[in-house]
Order: sequence, then structure tokens, then C-alpha cells
Amino acid sequence: MEFVQNFPFISIILSLFSGPLSSILDGKKAKRLNLAVITIIGAMSVAVLCFVIRTGEPYVYRMGHFPAPWGNEIRVGVLEGVMAVAFCLIMLLCMLGGIREREVEIETSKQNLYYIMVNLLLSSLLALIYTNDLFTAYVFVEINTISACGLIMIRQNGRTIVAATRYMIMSLLGSGMLLLGICFLYGLTGQLLMSNIQEAVAVLAKTGQYHIPLLVSLGMMSVGLAIKSALFPFHGWLPDAYGYSTVSSAAILSSLVSKGYIFLLVKIFYRVIGFDIVRDSKVINVLFVFGISGMIMGSLDAIRAKDIRRMIAYSSVAQIGYIYMGFGLGTTEGVIASIFHILSHAATKSLLFISASGITDVSGKHKDFFELTGAGYRNKVAGVAFTVGSLSMVGFPLFSGFISKILFAQAAVGHTFKMLPTLIALALSTVLNTVYFLKTVIRIYTPVPKKELEEKNYVTITMKEQPVKSAALICFIVLNLILGLFSQPIVTLIENGLKMFA
Amino acid sequence: MSVKVPEEKYKKTRSYRFRQWLDGTKDPYLDTVEMKPQEVFQEDEVVVEKRKEEKKEMLRRVYDVEHNAKIRVFRRVYRIVSVLFCISLVFVLLTAVSHMPQFGNADNPVNNEVSERYIESGLQETGAVNIVTGMILDYRAFDTLGESHVLFIATCTVLILLRSDKKKGKDSIADMEANDRIYEPKNDIILQTVARILVPPILIFGIYIILGGHLGPGGGFSGGAVIGAGLILYLNAFGFAKTERFFTAKMYKWMSFGALACYALAKSYSFYTGANHIESVIPLGTPGAILSSGLILLLNICVGIVVAGTMYTFYVMFRKGGY
Repeated sequence: MEFVQNFPFISIILSLFSGPLSSILDGKKAKRLNLAVITIIGAMSVAVLCFVIRTGEPYVYRMGHFPAPWGNEIRVGVLEGVMAVAFCLIMLLCMLGGIREREVEIETSKQNLYYIMVNLLLSSLLALIYTNDLFTAYVFVEINTISACGLIMIRQNGRTIVAATRYMIMSLLGSGMLLLGICFLYGLTGQLLMSNIQEAVAVLAKTGQYHIPLLVSLGMMSVGLAIKSALFPFHGWLPDAYGYSTVSSAAILSSLVSKGYIFLLVKIFYRVIGFDIVRDSKVINVLFVFGISGMIMGSLDAIRAKDIRRMIAYSSVAQIGYIYMGFGLGTTEGVIASIFHILSHAATKSLLFISASGITDVSGKHKDFFELTGAGYRNKVAGVAFTVGSLSMVGFPLFSGFISKILFAQAAVGHTFKMLPTLIALALSTVLNTVYFLKTVIRIYTPVPKKELEEKNYVTITMKEQPVKSAALICFIVLNLILGLFSQPIVTLIENGLKMFA
Repeated sequence: MSVKVPEEKYKKTRSYRFRQWLDGTKDPYLDTVEMKPQEVFQEDEVVVEKRKEEKKEMLRRVYDVEHNAKIRVFRRVYRIVSVLFCISLVFVLLTAVSHMPQFGNADNPVNNEVSERYIESGLQETGAVNIVTGMILDYRAFDTLGESHVLFIATCTVLILLRSDKKKGKDSIADMEANDRIYEPKNDIILQTVARILVPPILIFGIYIILGGHLGPGGGFSGGAVIGAGLILYLNAFGFAKTERFFTAKMYKWMSFGALACYALAKSYSFYTGANHIESVIPLGTPGAILSSGLILLLNICVGIVVAGTMYTFYVMFRKGGY
């Protein structure tokens, strides 16, 4: 066994260990530790990804002295590697982009608690990515849920407390359903290891035995994870949670936390149940309908929103709808498109949240649209970044959003019943996206007379004043361009990864 | 036939003293003990009105209740839909359960090679007489590692929510003491006596459960909960001044860090050696001896510390918002 193969295990343990370690450090040291840990884990993930691409096959890493159905194990393939690298990179940029806000909005004595949450969140995301055991996945889903609650309410004003309570109730409902689904599945198969469950389920599906509990279990797990990742009818907790928490939290929650659950769902579809059985079960048709309605309703809500943060939050509902619509198509192409959209949305949404905070900074902290007029001139980097993010979300060529839209459209073509609804929904949602994003872009580039600016006492922020945030924003823009311009190798990677995933 | 006793004479009778003791107005043995009966919660009508107004105002400002058609429709539909939803969910779950394999049947899928190995060779492979402990702390130790971090992060979230970090001067300590006494009688002699008798056995019993986790029923989670309960009882009887002599926020921080770091390091060693097929140097010992079953004893102690600290911290946070 090569030493590189230990890296997934080391990165999970390292981030897990850095959580309690932050509890005895003060805020500043905890921040440095957190940045260092994310960077190290990112580097290790890159090494793992390179290793898996070189060998061309996934490998299993035994956690302890006992082989798999008795002990725990993790499994590493190309797709897992890609996800781990992307998550680390985006988390690092989110943390860098919100440093200034965190210092102001979080009590000094509670700074280190924030980094405990982030470190443990990272470890739970990594564990969700790598694990090959359904129950281990559940344990880390718990860590993920609790730390997300902490991230929301650490900026203490009334609305974040309400948002966190709401998030907790909804998210625990989702966890409960996931756990119930896992219990059903365990009762039917007697296994918790993903690959073993798949064998047992294949036998059950062939004989038709226990058909109803199997279906209920699949439904429970899908709906549970859909609630946790804010699919359309279950998205009630989302706008407040993303709209009022501190900006790093909002960026991390929208781009990573919900994506971790979606990745677990992909894992359940492919590795636990088997995609053919999922397709035959019609559960994905429900996800398809929810996804499409989410694409439309989320955009409509975003148009109605008067507050820029809430608008971006509602836009997340629409984008999560895209991802579930891709699953709902029931083809491998659809899932590839969805996974690409996970990456593209993660890169774009965090860019939007951070640039929006840059824009509100130069508008006297107001988040209403009217106050934002001309903000693009007052904070140039944030303005450009917001424009790039908006264009990407709308699906403008050059940027990542365009590629995922074209992948969705390609996946839909040739589908008997779902082609037309998918294409119509894509077109409609693109138009709606354009309405609310370009409305904002035009608003921030509408000049304001100087006199009025002086009256309102709005500041101008240059790149030099906020070097870290500007650098993070530029990195995000570059990331978006990379995803948009060099999409083919990434799509090929996802395709290969998905082949060795099952 | 009863004779009316003069009041002064009556005050000397046992029944009068009994009644006084019952009401809590006077203690027959120790007059100095403060037994303050809890005050009845009363509120001015004006205050109530004001609070209601404020709530209305808040809802109006945040959600624009009067003009928000969405909320109006939602409120109307919600009751019916929620009932329907619950009934259908119950129906679906009951149907699914009725189609599950019969409970306790020997041919069930659950009785397979996985549980067979746990039961038959659990003792030889882990050295733990208690198979359950062997399972959660050796076979599937990664899950338990995650689980103990769940407890840790839950405490941290409660700290975020409830810890009040205002600067503590001398006055504020006195204020806090007074504030703490509103709902809890202080220096309750009965509670103190009982606690003095009960707390040591409870703590020792908790330690016994933790240390004997690999030999019989017990383990870190249950033993830690017992110790936590003992600490809470002690705190209730004797107040913060006494517990803070040995258990402070700083102490909790270091304890939980030490326990979790120890767990992570110990398990990293066994994960690493296991995955790389290196022979572990930790001996399993003789099953049944207190020092046996490899790392399990150590891990149980770590888990016990984390659980006890978590319980105690939860209680303190909800009662006072700080150590």
C-alpha cells in the first residue's frame, strides 16, 4: 500500500482533531489553525485525486484491524477525489472571503467556537464523501447538521436564532427520515456496508420480496436528504438561514452543506440501491417533479425578494431544483449534469454571497435594492465578481452555469416523457434568472449623483483596503472561468468517476 | 369535646411546629436556614398587554402579516394538510412495517455472517467480555469516534447560544447569586444531607460502570451519564461556589480536549496499523481482567469524560449561562 492511500483517512482525522484543538485556542490562533488545516487537507486531496487517476481504479481503505462488513471502511475513487478537492478549495475561499465580517459580527470570546464548527463540518463532509458504510454516513450527517446550526446562529440577532431553530427542526426531520430508511434497509438486508447492501437488494428486487418496505425505505432516504438539501417544497428554512447569517456561513451552507447531502444521495442511488432499481422504483419521478417546480418557484420568489441576500438564497432553491431534475431524468447523463452543477453552483453561489457582502459594505450595510444603486463603482472587485456570478447563474457562455445548462439539455434530449418539461423548465427558469440577476447588475451599475452619495455618507472600497476578500473573489472568478472554459476534462473525470463509483 | 387553647399555649404544641415546618416558614432544628418558598409568578396586566403588542408589531414588521397573502393562505391550509400528512405518513409506515421480516425470526436477513462473527469470535478478537462494547469500540470504532464528536459539537453549539460572556466584576457575582436563588432554594439542609450521602456512591458507581465496560454491562456513555447526574446533584445542593473549586470552564475545555485527542490518537494508531497490515503492539490481555481488551478501557474512559462533561455543561448553561 502506498503512503498516498492513507491521505483520506488522515484528512478526516486531522479535521476531526482540529475541532477540539480549536476549543482550547483563542480566536486568532483558531483561525490560523483552521486555514492551515483546510489548506493541508486540500493538498492531500489533490494528491489522492492524482493517485486515483493514475491507477485508474478505486481502492478500499480499512479503518482498523477488521475487514469490511465487520469493521468500517472508506472507499476512494475519482469522483470522491474531485469532490474533496472542490469542497476544500471552496471552503478555503469562503473562509478567506468573510474574515472581516466574522470579526465584527461574532463576539470575540466566541470566535474560536466558530472554527470548531467549521473544522468539524469539514471532517463530516469528507467522511460523507469517502465513507462506504451507511451508518457511518448517518453519524457524520448528525455532525453536519449540528455544526450547520451553530454556523447560522453564531451571529446573534433575533432572526438568526429563529432561522437556526427552523433549520434545526426541518433538518432533524430529514435526519429522522434518513435514519428510519437506513433501519428499514438494515432489517431487509442485514448489512450496513454499501456494496453488500447492493448485492442483497439486487436479489430482493429480482425475487420481488419485501417490495413495499424497500420502496418506503428508498423514499424515506430520498425525501430525508431532499429536506436537508432544501428541495423545493421543503425549502422553508432556507431564505432566513442564508439571508441573515454571517457571510462565510451563508456561503458555506449554500455551497457545501447542502451539496454534501446531495452527494450522499448519489451514493445511495448508485452504490447502496443500484441505479437501475432506483429508476424502476419511480421515486425519481417525484424528485423530477419537485425539481422542476423548484426551478420555477424558487426563481419567482427570488424576483419578489427585496433584499439582495434573500434573493441569492431563493436562487439556491432554483439551483437545487436543477440538480434534482438531473437525477429525475434517470439517465447517467442526467446524473453527470447534476454532479457538474453541484460543482458549478458551489463555486458560483459562494462567489455571489461574498460579492454581495462587498456590495452592501459600500451601501451603508443596507441590503435593500434601492440603496445598492451604483455600488459597482464604489467597490469595483465586488461589482465585477457579482456580475460574473450573475452571468454564470443565468447561463452565459464562458462561465460554468452555461456548461451545466447545456449538459442538462443534452441529457434531456431523447427522453420519451421528460424531454419537453425539462427543456421548457430550463428555458423558463433561464428567463426568470435573467430577470432578477440582471436587474441587480443593472442596479449596481447605475450611476448616482455625487451629491447624493455624500449625503448618505457611502464609502468607497478599493482592492488595497480589503486585499484578502478581493483575492478570494478573484480566485472565485478564475474558478468559474476554469469550470466554464475547460469543462470537458472535468466532465470526463466525473464520467469516469461515476463508472467506478457503483 | 374540644377546648379552645389560648394562642400562646398553642404555639408551644408540636402540631403548631409541625405546621410551621410544613409551610416552610420555620425550621424546628435550625432557625438560620433560609427556606424561601417560591414566589407565585405574577405579572402586571400592562406588561402582558405590552408584550402582546410588541409581538404583534414584530410579526407585522418582519412578515408584514396583514398584507402577506402567502401567510394567510398557509395558515388556513396548514391545519388540514398537516393532519392529512401525518395520517398518511402513519399509514405508509405501518404498511411498510407489516411487510417487514417477522421480528425475532431465526431466518431473518439480520442474522447473517456479520452478527455471527461478532458473537462467536468477538471475545478472541477484541478481548472484551461484553460483546457490545467490543463492537462499538473496536470493530466499528470509527462510528463511535464520530458519535463522541457529536456530543462535543452539541456542547459547543449550546455554548454559542447560552454562554454569556459579559465581564464579571464583583457586583455581578453577587447579582448572579441572587438571581440564581429566585428559582432554587439555597442551602437546603435536606438536599445537602441527602447529597452528602448519595453523591460519593453515585460517582463511584459511575466510575465502576466506565471501568467495567468491557467486562459487563456498561461503558463510557452510560457511566458518563451517571457521573454527570452526580455532579448536577452536587451542584444543586451546594451551589456554584463549591463546584467551581474543582470544575470550571477551563477545566472542562481541557478535559474534553484531552479525552477527544486521546481517543483520536489511539484510534488513528489502530486504523493506520490495521489498514497498512502492520501488527498492533497493544496486547489484548486475559479476557475478564480489568486491564484487558487492548484500547477499549482507555476509549471507555475518554468517552465517559466527554459524556459527563457534556451533561454537566448543558445543565450549567441552561441554569446560569456560564461557569
